[in-house]
Amino acid sequence: MRHRENDQSRTVAFRAFFVAPRSYPQASASHHASPVSAQVTAAQGESRPKPGLAPKGEKECMSSTRPSSEQGPTYLQVRQAGKRFGAFRALEGVSFDIAAGEFVCFLGPSGCGKTTLLRCIAGLESLSSGQVIQGGRDITHLPPSARDFGIVFQSYALFPNLTVTENVAFGLVSAGRAPAEVTSRVTELLALVGLAGEDSKYPSQLSGGQQQRVALARALAPSPGLLLLDEPLSALDAKVRLRLRREIKRLQRQVGVTTIMVTHDQEEALTMADRILVMRGGRVEQMGSPDEIYDRPRTSFVADFIGTTNLLQATVVVPGLARCGSLELLIEETWPPGTALVCSIRPEHVGLVVDPASAHEWPHELPATIIEVERLGGVHRIHLRAPTVPDEIAIDLPESDPRMALLARGRAVRVQIPVQKMRFFEATT
Amino acid sequence: MTNAVAVAPGRSWLRRSSDDWLVVALLAGFGVFFLATVVLPVATILWRSLHDARGGFVGLANYQAYFANPALLQSLGNSLIVASVSTALVVGLAFGYAYALTRSCMPGRPFFKAMAMVPLLTPGLLKAIALVYWFGNQGLLKGALMGYPLYGPIGIVMSSVLWTLPHAIMILSASLLLSDARLYEAARSLKAGPVRTFLAVTLPNVRYGLMATAIFVFVRVLTDFGIPKVIGGNYNVLATDIYKEVVGQQNFAMGAVVSIVLLIPALLAFALDRYVSSRQSGSFTARSVAASPRPSRWFDLAMFGYCAAITIVMLAVIGMGQFAAVVKFWPYNLSLTLDHYRFDMEGVGWENFFNSLVLAFWVATLGTVTTFVSAYLVEKPRAHGLPRQLLQAVALLPMAIPGLVLGLGFLLVVNSPGSVFGSLYGTMALLVVATLTHYYTVTHLTSLTALKQLDREFESVAFSLKVPLTRFFFKVTVPMCAPTLVEIWSYLFLNAMTSVSTVIFLYGIHTKLASLAVVHMDEAGRLASAAAMAMLIVYACVVVRLLQMLLSKFLLRRLQAWRLSSQP
Repeated sequence: MRHRENDQSRTVAFRAFFVAPRSYPQASASHHASPVSAQVTAAQGESRPKPGLAPKGEKECMSSTRPSSEQGPTYLQVRQAGKRFGAFRALEGVSFDIAAGEFVCFLGPSGCGKTTLLRCIAGLESLSSGQVIQGGRDITHLPPSARDFGIVFQSYALFPNLTVTENVAFGLVSAGRAPAEVTSRVTELLALVGLAGEDSKYPSQLSGGQQQRVALARALAPSPGLLLLDEPLSALDAKVRLRLRREIKRLQRQVGVTTIMVTHDQEEALTMADRILVMRGGRVEQMGSPDEIYDRPRTSFVADFIGTTNLLQATVVVPGLARCGSLELLIEETWPPGTALVCSIRPEHVGLVVDPASAHEWPHELPATIIEVERLGGVHRIHLRAPTVPDEIAIDLPESDPRMALLARGRAVRVQIPVQKMRFFEATT
Repeated sequence: MTNAVAVAPGRSWLRRSSDDWLVVALLAGFGVFFLATVVLPVATILWRSLHDARGGFVGLANYQAYFANPALLQSLGNSLIVASVSTALVVGLAFGYAYALTRSCMPGRPFFKAMAMVPLLTPGLLKAIALVYWFGNQGLLKGALMGYPLYGPIGIVMSSVLWTLPHAIMILSASLLLSDARLYEAARSLKAGPVRTFLAVTLPNVRYGLMATAIFVFVRVLTDFGIPKVIGGNYNVLATDIYKEVVGQQNFAMGAVVSIVLLIPALLAFALDRYVSSRQSGSFTARSVAASPRPSRWFDLAMFGYCAAITIVMLAVIGMGQFAAVVKFWPYNLSLTLDHYRFDMEGVGWENFFNSLVLAFWVATLGTVTTFVSAYLVEKPRAHGLPRQLLQAVALLPMAIPGLVLGLGFLLVVNSPGSVFGSLYGTMALLVVATLTHYYTVTHLTSLTALKQLDREFESVAFSLKVPLTRFFFKVTVPMCAPTLVEIWSYLFLNAMTSVSTVIFLYGIHTKLASLAVVHMDEAGRLASAAAMAMLIVYACVVVRLLQMLLSKFLLRRLQAWRLSSQP
């Protein structure tokens, strides 16, 4: 039962986090930043709570490949990074900055180059072009052993023949620390990751989650300036994964270490990261805070990849006006007439009126029929077909919503499209 | 903001770490090693085969002389016939035995499995000598050959079959074990009978195993020297021809020509084997379910009878070897004595046995270290792709070179006028290097398999922790691979004890080995002493093998504890 409670409270927290602040200034919502310019958007009053990183204090999440000036000094810079494997371009023109103490996620589908990028930063692969600068030092051509990082792999790569203590102490002993110092540091770290008392066990005697914590402690032991996490949670059970997410985040805040995590799980990235670097085909698709990435995706790929969204086909009629079926949509961008568009609207933003014959009609209200009601934990997803628009529409309603009792397959309802929350992208063929 | 600075592409770390320097130095060291032990000997043989005795270039004249000589050409035919017949017999016999071990529920399977491995501890020579006692002119069962002489093709084939059977059983058992139970369940559910199932499922599954076995046996018999030397009589084969040309007539040029003639089929077989093994991968996946046999009374009984018969024959041969060593004067005085262990013949004695122990110890020790390091260099570093691929290719080569050819190559290198290696002739060091080279490939591949099971990210973690590669290697890699290292050590020891062909051209007065003493005593007609010396080799091998089994058991138990549930 505890699990279930946790799960629900987590879901609620999640929704409160990302869904609650629904009113954005219209201007910033549909403003399309040019790919390079630092679009420093004023926080929308709902600035995410950022406890931690004691010396750096409160910080804002900025939408850019660069952290804001309030975020502390830049620690890691990647400049025009490129990596080729034969004819295959694994990375192309990747540039971004990371501030000291920041937690950044590299997010993208498999094969997008996120792991290659991480390995290049670690020096485990060498860049074909570009530069990596860490703490003001150009490390592009340094071997991994001359760089300053700790790394945790999906497989943990714990040395199986060494005990937990020996694993954590492995890097400390080489650094020539005094035995007493090593012992106290190991004890401190094991306490930090919640493994005090397991010190003389072998990795095989620990659960997957415990092994992952040992790997974290081992990586943090020499106090590296940069912590690299390569899909650290992918090999774990779903429940353990959820718990470890928060623990890693807590640990990172406590230690204040600049951290990069590679993941293909967008929920993981949204919950853990200060900023997310969304990648696709070896290029940076967008970089920004979780809120920005979620609420103001810059491309339809980002909109679709992060969270769930409805993608509706539309066409520009005259500059400033697009048509999606029977819907007429005012747009800020001045695409020429005939331009094919994709409109993105999140399921939780679409409104639903149970009475099919509503008295006062909204401008963007459509008649629709429920074709499927899907249960997703504490949320229900209602799939609808509106005869006047070409694409299916999905709506998310919380279980507690009083309308839920009235909804069933085949029922006629009305949907309300909040145009101010819609994002428009040029359709890519 | 500074604009990105393009960096010269293709250039990896400009500043090498000390680990990287070590890797580069080791790669270079192995390059020199294989240049000296593989490339130089083979090239020298080739060079000598194109020159006359005085060193003048004669082109292919030596080869023309070879192919114009019917006696020498006859040997080529003999070699191929003996090897083919032995291969056919061994594959058939071994398949039956391996099938019984893996697919029947006959009683005593562990016993039969162990018995099949016992002959591995005995040199091929011992089988030949024992066969002389069974079927020779004064043999116990002479009549069983119905008047045909043992000395010649019959003896060679019988000895070769007994000698290669255990290896063949090992390869085929492994191959039969790797079959997917789900295929058999599918066949049963589709109502296929046992014969159809065998033809449609079993045989296709093990066809690569059968191929590998056939190639292995063919090459072993084709290139073996000891057995035809002891039991071949006047029936000449390529290996004995090389020996006669080199030792008998001091005709190095013709010896080189015959070596090349022997090397070519060996190389072809090697290439075929590589091709077969590259095709084999992937037929048995991690998701497959190992097939387990179901009891069937008559089938199990028949299999039991078959295995018992083979085991009795193999034990009878070894037993006769031991008996021959302690019988006073076969066949007239069968009372027992230890006199034959005195080896009262000139140039032969216990020191040969001790030499063998020294050789085997060094080959095993140095070989374990070098092959493990070379396999590590091939498998683990990420940089230096091309040199590492070259190392892998060249480490496979020794397997393709017959021992006698390699030995002759070493001799020619050491003996050529003005050679820098001249002072090495007859030294233990030379014997160790030659033997080590000859058995390099198998142990390199075994190390590679063990290393592949270690997480590739271990080294990355070590780098990030700034741990020197050497410390990591000794703290993690070596302990994790300890059971394999022990296995390699004992493999090399056993083979170095029994090897004849690689060293027969290279030994000196003070470095004569037990296996060579066996050949020489047999040559001198001192068969009982030869059997006694061969048995000494067997005793040493049994002791080492038992020690290895004890140590492996301990190490494996520890490793098992480490590995247990380490996969999340």
